Amino acid sequence: MEYAIDVGKVLFWFSSIMGLASILTWMERKQSAVMQDRIGANRADIFGFRILGLFHIIADSIKMFTKQDFVPAQGNRILHTVAPMIALFFALVGFAAVPFGGTYEIAGYTVSLQVLDLNVGLLFVFAMMSMGIYGFVLGGWASANNYALLGGLRASGQMISYEITMGATVIGTIMVYGTLSLQQMNIAQGELLFGWIPAWGILLQPLGCILFVTAALAETKRVPFDVPEGESEIIGYFVEYSGMRFGMFFLTDFIETVLAAVLTTTLFFGGWQVPYLYAGGFEFPWGGSFELPVVAVMLLQVGAFMAKVFTLCFIFLLIRWTLPRFRWDQLMRLGWTIMLPLSILNIVVTGVVLLIVGN
Amino acid sequence: MEQLVFYLFATIAVVAGLVVVLQRKAIYSALALIVCFGSIAVLFYQLGAFFIAAIQVIVYAGAIMVMFLFVVMLIDPESEFFSFNRIRRVSVLALPMSAVLALILLWAMPVLRESDTNSQSLAQKGSIEVIARSLFSDYLLPFEVTSILILVAVLGAMVLAKKVD
Repeated sequence: MEYAIDVGKVLFWFSSIMGLASILTWMERKQSAVMQDRIGANRADIFGFRILGLFHIIADSIKMFTKQDFVPAQGNRILHTVAPMIALFFALVGFAAVPFGGTYEIAGYTVSLQVLDLNVGLLFVFAMMSMGIYGFVLGGWASANNYALLGGLRASGQMISYEITMGATVIGTIMVYGTLSLQQMNIAQGELLFGWIPAWGILLQPLGCILFVTAALAETKRVPFDVPEGESEIIGYFVEYSGMRFGMFFLTDFIETVLAAVLTTTLFFGGWQVPYLYAGGFEFPWGGSFELPVVAVMLLQVGAFMAKVFTLCFIFLLIRWTLPRFRWDQLMRLGWTIMLPLSILNIVVTGVVLLIVGN
Repeated sequence: MEQLVFYLFATIAVVAGLVVVLQRKAIYSALALIVCFGSIAVLFYQLGAFFIAAIQVIVYAGAIMVMFLFVVMLIDPESEFFSFNRIRRVSVLALPMSAVLALILLWAMPVLRESDTNSQSLAQKGSIEVIARSLFSDYLLPFEVTSILILVAVLGAMVLAKKVD
């Protein structure tokens, strides 16, 4: 039974991520179409049924799998094959340490809705993200194409620059909640400030939240931070990729978008917390309560987590189709001369406030 | 199971370490070093030192090795920089330095073996709370001095890299 719970958790979490990522590939086309007053993807059908073009997800994957798989003659065959796998693997592994629900007592079993409960969970996610860079760098190098190499170098330069800002931003959140465990952070966000305001990260770390979201968007390498890919100029590290290997890079972009949304939810939007919902049900600060069975509480909290993640993904896509892209020097200037100093300022201010409040 | 994982990753670490030294192509050496760091991180994880394992991956396998890979990729592998003659001159130093390292390890092993009888204490030593406490109290001065040293090194690199007109 213990094993069954573990396997069920992993399967649920993995299929949620993959499902959301593939829905995002459709959403990207449909949402941009709506924003630009077009109809968008609607041609793929099964027996005439189109359901808003959702079958395009299946059609796209069949296309990816059956396309010719090409390795450049001068390229490095092994590294060219391995690179997209590295990128996809490390993008997915990072999710393991993120809780998508609390701990529940159901029928005598303790169910903790987190795959890998680590007391340094946040650092684990960052470690996996920093390893993911190799997929893009190696993909660019192994293609033996100067444009691909340029894209790979841009990708690593951009990801390193923004990872520093991301790490420095998160320090403020770590200071406020006093833990590196993502589950502990979520539990801490269930507390109330002044007796009625939920202690979510966005309220305690407003500047940190904005900086983190910006840096996380830069990590996904999508517009407005799409210099490594630059579809209209160098095409980027995957210029020599085709078929499913390109598909892996393509999917990695969306999985990273989901990861950015999941991390933002966990750190700044209360994770699986629903305001005033506790293990026994709702308890409102103005008096009054509403009892709920444990399973209902679990479903509500997991549902709230998914809804928050989905909303953030939607907003990220909105940003992607609203803003024009940065030039390389603007990107670097934003990262190093604006965001990094601001995130250090955030640490200092948080420290001072914590000292005052603590005394 | 735990033993199996240990032997698997210990073997990977040793083999990868050998590849780093024996491989002629610089890019494979760099990649093998990343694998080596990664498997050592797994060993730290097994000892219960999660924080050190995470930092090992972020700092060594992640940040530092990306810089190595940058250099290797940007420099032509046929160039003088990687030529065998150039390396042979340095390799004279390799034997004495390896000997010194081996001696240090031989000296340290009995000491470590005595202290790790209680693996519980070892796990606690690697936890973030203990490391933070000793860094910011007992070793505050060395810690701050090191950070200033790194800052000076960064500034020095900037000065060297930027052309003065």
